[in-house]
Amino acid sequence: MIPAPFDYKRASSAAEAISLVSEYGEDAKFLAGGHSLLPLMKLRLAQPAVLIDIARITDLSYIRDAGNHIAIGAMTRHMDVEKSPIVLQHAPLLANAASHVGDPQVRHRGTIGGSIAHADSASDLPATTLAMGATYVAQGPNGTREIPANEFYVGFLESALAPDEMLTEIRVPKMNGATWGFQKFNRRAQDWAIVGVAAWKRGNEAGVALVNMGSVPVLATSVSQAIANGASIAEAAELAAAEAEPQSDLNASAEYRVHLSKVLVRRALESTNA
Amino acid sequence: MKVTITVNGTKHESEIEPRTLLVQYVRDTLGLTGTNIGCDTSSCGACSLHVDGESVKSCTMLAAQADGCDVTTIEGLAKNGVMHPMQTAFMENHGLQCGFCTPGMVMASISLLQENPNPTEEEVRIGLEGNLCRCTGYHNIVKSVLAAAQAK
Repeated sequence: MIPAPFDYKRASSAAEAISLVSEYGEDAKFLAGGHSLLPLMKLRLAQPAVLIDIARITDLSYIRDAGNHIAIGAMTRHMDVEKSPIVLQHAPLLANAASHVGDPQVRHRGTIGGSIAHADSASDLPATTLAMGATYVAQGPNGTREIPANEFYVGFLESALAPDEMLTEIRVPKMNGATWGFQKFNRRAQDWAIVGVAAWKRGNEAGVALVNMGSVPVLATSVSQAIANGASIAEAAELAAAEAEPQSDLNASAEYRVHLSKVLVRRALESTNA
Repeated sequence: MKVTITVNGTKHESEIEPRTLLVQYVRDTLGLTGTNIGCDTSSCGACSLHVDGESVKSCTMLAAQADGCDVTTIEGLAKNGVMHPMQTAFMENHGLQCGFCTPGMVMASISLLQENPNPTEEEVRIGLEGNLCRCTGYHNIVKSVLAAAQAK
């Protein structure tokens, strides 16, 4: 399968990318690693007239210790997130989730910014960064703005980014010794999660988000509230799907997904990884 | 559009359509048909090759994205008629049956050992999760990769 014809432009800076997307408007799409967009284009589910290749904006590939958070450039590849000593030390949940994206070949190309901007509820990193209380930085023609992860995912494959905005940085709070768990339930290696859970816990504080439990990644606030109110992990996990609206598909019915989410939230919160 | 891609040590300047996939480029433009197209959906790994030394699935990459890069395909592994140690290990350990997945398996395995020179059996199995063998010959493929790691 070969994508429908398009024009190819390569940007060497964020400013150039934004100027190009302003010029071509809604006919244009940003191309990062291409591991979400190119499969859609091959299936003709996406047919942009112009691709703006942003993967070579080297200024957007970095991982920095920024005090209370880790700053990750949007064009940082999954493989680099997974192996980064800074991420492993301060945000091990994110490193672990990144190591579960696709397979090594995919992680050599795919980027954290590309995955988040694609806003697929079945992807691992949108839910993981949501659980961690991340903030995303977007750059547009009028400058940059910060978007909290819990305001970013607005619909199926739809984010709060304006058409002429580009995701440039992901800011992930340091975990400061919290325990964490990442659970990905699938039938075969390399598959998308049928249901996935990213969770961390520090005393009575917890953050939990669900993968593939609806049209957007789901922040399981009822679970966190229950933990804050002194509930046991087992009790809190029963509330896993309170905010979710899962769908049925070939892999699982909605009811089965609800069941899975409770089991996986419990396992993720019981995990002693730190 | 014009791209300049070094493939197996030879620099090629080609005029291509932007939508040309990297796997199409090596197979159809350059005639290097050792890289197979299997699923065409970045699931099976048959089209794995190296871009700047790292394994990628060439059915899910545009040739335009490899502009200026160094690409190695299965044809580029043997030097002066001597097979790459990974190829030898696959041969000696019966790491192939029908052979269709083999070029991708070998390319993915070389990349795996570059990142993890002494993997455990489990690490090899996880590291090759992006490559499918429809003969289900995984046991000897894993054995081959472990043998290649030992041989180094």
